[in-house]
Amino acid sequence: MIHEMKRDLVIIGGGPAGLSAAAAARQAGCDDVLLIERDRILGGILNQCIHDGFGLHRYGEALTGPEYAQRHIDEINELDIETLMGTIVLSMDRERNLTVSSRKGYTRIQAGAVVLAMGCRERTAGAISLPGTRPSGIYTAGAAQNFINLQNIMVGRRAVILGSGDIGLIMARRMTLEGAKVEAVFEILPYASGLPRNIQQCLNDYDIPLHLGTSVIEVHGKDRLTGVTVAEINNFKPLPGTERFVPCDTLLLSVGLIPENELSSEASVRLETRTSGAFVDDTFMTSVPGVFSCGNVLHVHDLVDHVSEEASLAGQFACRYLEGDISSEPRPIEIAPNDGVRYVLPQQASGESDFTLSLRVTEPFRNRAVWVRDGDRKVARKKLVRLHPAEMIRVKIRKDKLENAKKLEVSVE
Amino acid sequence: MTAYDVLIIGAGVVGNAIARELSRYRLKVGVLEKELDVGMGTSSRNSGVLHSGIHYTPGTLRARLNVQGNEMMKGLCRDLKVKIDYIGKLTVAQDQVDIETLEALKTQGEINGVPGLEIIDRDKMEQIQPGVGGIRALFSPTTGIICPYGLTIALADNAHENGARFHLGAKVTGISKTETCFKVKTDESGSFESKLLINAAGLYSDAVCRMLGLGEYTIYPCRGEYLILDKRLNGSLKVLVYPAPRKGGAGLGIHLTNTVDGNILIGPSNEYVDRADDYACTADVIDQLKREGRELLPAISTSDFIRGFSGLRPKQTPPEIKGFKEFVIENRKDIPGFINLVGIESPGLTCSPAIALMVRDMVGEALPLKEKDHFVAERNGFPGLFHDLPEEEKADLVAQDPDYGEIVCRCEHITKREILNAIENPLGSKTLAGIKYRARAMMGRCQGGFCMPRIVQILEQDYGYRPEDYRLYSSNSYLFTGRVR
Repeated sequence: MIHEMKRDLVIIGGGPAGLSAAAAARQAGCDDVLLIERDRILGGILNQCIHDGFGLHRYGEALTGPEYAQRHIDEINELDIETLMGTIVLSMDRERNLTVSSRKGYTRIQAGAVVLAMGCRERTAGAISLPGTRPSGIYTAGAAQNFINLQNIMVGRRAVILGSGDIGLIMARRMTLEGAKVEAVFEILPYASGLPRNIQQCLNDYDIPLHLGTSVIEVHGKDRLTGVTVAEINNFKPLPGTERFVPCDTLLLSVGLIPENELSSEASVRLETRTSGAFVDDTFMTSVPGVFSCGNVLHVHDLVDHVSEEASLAGQFACRYLEGDISSEPRPIEIAPNDGVRYVLPQQASGESDFTLSLRVTEPFRNRAVWVRDGDRKVARKKLVRLHPAEMIRVKIRKDKLENAKKLEVSVE
Repeated sequence: MTAYDVLIIGAGVVGNAIARELSRYRLKVGVLEKELDVGMGTSSRNSGVLHSGIHYTPGTLRARLNVQGNEMMKGLCRDLKVKIDYIGKLTVAQDQVDIETLEALKTQGEINGVPGLEIIDRDKMEQIQPGVGGIRALFSPTTGIICPYGLTIALADNAHENGARFHLGAKVTGISKTETCFKVKTDESGSFESKLLINAAGLYSDAVCRMLGLGEYTIYPCRGEYLILDKRLNGSLKVLVYPAPRKGGAGLGIHLTNTVDGNILIGPSNEYVDRADDYACTADVIDQLKREGRELLPAISTSDFIRGFSGLRPKQTPPEIKGFKEFVIENRKDIPGFINLVGIESPGLTCSPAIALMVRDMVGEALPLKEKDHFVAERNGFPGLFHDLPEEEKADLVAQDPDYGEIVCRCEHITKREILNAIENPLGSKTLAGIKYRARAMMGRCQGGFCMPRIVQILEQDYGYRPEDYRLYSSNSYLFTGRVR
C-alpha cells in the first residue's frame, strides 16, 4: 500500500541548504514544512567535515562542520519542523507529486511548493576517464573523508591527490595528520581550484607540494594501486618527456563537484550547462512554478555560509509563493555572463526588488572590477583586488537601477 | 582430496552453463575458479549482445551453436530471472555494394536457421529506429541484449542449488592423469580428483592444455575497450545499429550497444595485448571512443561518460593473421576424459547454453547421464529485480520487509535488501565487485561515491568485517589499511 499525503512546502535534502530553507520558510510564516533527508541524521556532508572554518562569515566564528550543522539542526527542532529521516525521494513530476521511500513504506506527497536542496556529488575516476588499470585504492576525496572521519577506517598509507578542490586539500592534511605520506597534489589547471586559505593551511603548512599544470595520466596496479604516472599538461595533452612515476597505494580525487539534479530533470526543471544547476530567477524559482532551488544543487559553493544565506532566501520566497505573492509569469530581465565570467546567478529577474548576483570568474585576475551593464548603462560595479575562480563573488543589484532593463551582462574589466 | 565425476576449470559463462546443465544428472560436479568470484574475465567484460547468427559461415560450430543458443536463451533467462531483451538489430547499407552484402548476410543467416530476417526500406527503418542513416537495412529480430554477468552468476547459483560445487580462489597449478582419473592441484585450495576434466578456462585455456602436454593451442588476448554512458541517454537507441561489414574491415567495428539496465556502451576497440590480465584502458582509445561515439550519438555530453572498462577476447588467431578461428570443443581421444574448449570468443555468450548441451553429450559418452528426481530449473530464493516492479508491488514488499524501503545506492535506487541478498550470495563471493555485479550498487553515475561507504558500514555492522577484510575483487585488492586510530 502507498500512503498519500498533501503538504504545503516540501524541502528535499537535510544538509545546510535544506536546513536553512526550512527554518526560513517557517519563520516567514509557513506552518506546514516537511524536510526530507535520505540519511539517518540531518546535516548532510557537514557531518564528515570535522575540520574548522565554517561560519566565519555568518557567525564570526570558526566552527567545525558538525558544530555548524548542529546550530541549524537545533533551530529546526526549536521551530518544531517535521523531518523525515532515512527517506529518499524516488521521483518527482512537474505538478510536484513526489514518491518517497523509507523503512516505513512508500508515500506519495503532493506538495504546494518544493525547495530542491539535494547538494552535489563528486566527479569520479570514470567521469574523468582516467586511463590505466582499475585497482583498489582509488577514492573520491569525499568518500575517503567519510571512511576516515565517520567510520574510523584508514584508506591507505601513501597517497597522491589529483585535483586541488577544497576537499582534496582538506584530505591531504587529514591523511598527513593520521600518519600517511601524501606525496603531492596534482592540478591540471595552471591555478588551484580550492580556496587560498586551504592551500596555505592544508598544503604549505605541511610541506605537501602542489604541482600545477600537471595531472595523472595513467593508473598502475593490478590488485591494489602501486603508483601513478604524472605529466605536465599542455593544451589538455601530456607534454612528452615530462612523465614520471610516483609510487603510491592511494589516489584521492578532488576533480570537481556536480550538482545532483536527476530529480530536477525528472520534474522537467530547466538546467544550465554552465552551473549544471537549475535556471532560476531572483526568487530562486526554477522554470517549474513552485519549485525552488538553492545551495550546491543550484551551483557549487565554496563557503557554507553562502549556502545558508541563499537557502534562507529560497525558503522565504517559497513561503511567499504559497501565499500567492509570487507569480509564475516569465521575468522580464535576462542576466548573462560575458568576458571573464564563467557563470552568473540568477539568470532572470523581475526588477521589482533588490537582489544579489552570485558569479564565478573564468580565471584568476588582479585589480579588476566586475561590471554589470544593461546595454551601455551601468547597473553595478564592484572593484576587487583578487578575483579567483575558487571564490564566489557576490554583487548587490538595486531595483532602482533596473528600470526598463532587458538584459544584464556581467563581465570582468 | 575432493573427488568429482566431472571437474570444470573456469567459472565463466561457458563453464557455468556446463555446470548447470550437468547438475540435472546424478553426477558430482565441481568447478574451479582462480578468481574470488565467477565471471570475472571475458564473461563480465563484453557488449552483452545476444547475436542472431547471421555472420557465421554455415556448417561451422559458431553458426550452429549461436542460433541454437539464441533460441535457448529465452527460456533459460525466464527460469533464471536474468534480464534479456530481444530488441532486434539493423545492419545498415549505405550503397549498392552494401545492399549486396546485406543480401548475402540474409541468405547466410537463413541457411544458419536465423528466423525472421528481412531487408527493409527507409520507411520501415525509420519506424524501427527514428533518425537512422543508410538506404536499406537487414533487420534481425532475434538479436538481443542480455546481462552478461547476471547470466553467469545465475547459471552458477542454479548449478549450486542443484548440487554443483564451486571452489572460488582455486587456481589450477598442475594436472596429472592416472588410469582412472585426473588429479588437479591448486595453489591454495588443495587437490581435486575427477573422472572427467573440462577445460573452460577461456583466456587461460591454452595454459590448461599445456598442463596436460597439449602444446598445439595458443590464446592471443585481444583487448576491447568500452565506455559506459549515463542512463540519461537511455531510449536514444531502440534497436542495435551496425554498419554493413566491409571487406578488410576489422570485426564489427566500434558501435553503440544498449544494455538491459539502460546504459549505452561505446566500443569495443580491437587491440592485441601481451598479457591475459591486461585490462587497462588507454588514453588514445578513450579519445577514439569518445570521438566516434559522439559521431554516432551527437547528444552525448562530456558528463555522460561514467566509466570505462576493457575485456579480452580469447583469440586463437595471432595479430598477423587476425580474423576468427573455429571454436575448439573436443572430446580428446588421446587423453580419455578430457573435454577441451579453446578460443570461445564472440559469440560465446550467446552460444553458452548450446555449448553446454554439446559438452553434456560428450560427458554422456563416458558416464551414464541419469536425471535427478528433483532438479530445480528455476532460480529460487532470488527475489527478482525489485527495481522493475510496479510501484504498488514495491510498496507491498516494503511493508513485508523494511529493508526494501531503505535505499542504499541512490543512483540506481538499490535497496538494503538487495545489498543483503548480494552479500549472502549462495556461492560465497565476498568481494565488493561481487556485490556490484549482483545488486548493481556502485554501477551508477556516482560510481559508489555515495553507496560504497554505506555498504562498507553494513558489512562491518551486520557481518563483522574489519577494515583489513574488504576486497575489491582479488585477494590483493585490499580496500583499507586498518583503523585510523
